[in-house]
Amino acid sequence: MLELEFENSVLTAHLSGELDHHSAAVIRKKIDSKAEMLKPKTLKLDYRDVQFMDSSGIGLIMGRYRQMSLMGGNVEVTNVPPHLKRMFSLSGIETLGVMK
Amino acid sequence: MKYINEVKLNFPAKSANEAFARSAVAAFTMQLDPTISQLADIKTSVSEAVTNSIVHGYKGAGGVIYITVRISDDNVLSVKIRDKGCGIEDIEKAMEPLFTTGGEERAGLGFAVMQSFMDSIKVSSKVGKGTTVTLKKKITKDDP
Ligand SMILES: Nc1ncnc2c1ncn2[C@@H]1O[C@H](COP(=O)(O)OP(=O)(O)O)[C@@H](O)[C@H]1O
Ligand SMILES: [Mg+2]
Repeated sequence: MLELEFENSVLTAHLSGELDHHSAAVIRKKIDSKAEMLKPKTLKLDYRDVQFMDSSGIGLIMGRYRQMSLMGGNVEVTNVPPHLKRMFSLSGIETLGVMK
Repeated sequence: MKYINEVKLNFPAKSANEAFARSAVAAFTMQLDPTISQLADIKTSVSEAVTNSIVHGYKGAGGVIYITVRISDDNVLSVKIRDKGCGIEDIEKAMEPLFTTGGEERAGLGFAVMQSFMDSIKVSSKVGKGTTVTLKKKITKDDP
């Protein structure tokens, strides 16, 4: 599930529930169409309420990172809960410099 | 070592069934009294394998996914996920972290996750015939 919020050129996506290939496809489309419309400087992905995710949750970040780079913006990932930490460190996603 | 319980699931390779597949395997695993973290590892790994069959094996065009879950008398959970999709040409290469043929939204991490979250993974595949992934994890009480 997804809630989007826009303020001061920051588009924040609050993700919640289960993030897999199925739900990530829906979420990606919604974020991308909002971002194309609003041209935010920063896209913030808030993982606080994500209860489950597989590597699709990492793919979602990598894909948005590419999209935002093309538009001259950046991505920030916030509030990764403890139970997702292993997936994040395994992915090496920190090297993108998006973890806040 | 002897198998003491078994369940089989067959379902169409639709992405809407990813949640069903991992939840069903998790429900069957409950009789081993796993920790929350062991259960999360199993759900995540099953999700990876099932997604791979849908996205890569059948290339989104549909087919059937076959899962066999077994429990042995030494508390080992074994999950076999099989598709009759395109198969994998070079398994070793496919299993390298970050390797993907799936384009922008795939992280290339599915096999790395299965390797890290389960005790063992076995992949057998034949081009044009399909792929079988067998995941195993021992569920012990004192393990975190
Ligand atoms: N069931 C399968 N059938 C065919 N190819 C597969 C299957 N599972 C994995 N692969 C191949 O292995 C690669 C790596 O898989 P994985 O590590 O899960 O990363 P990803 O799914 O992000 O591409 C895939 O891109 C694909 O080429
Ligand atoms: Mg995968």
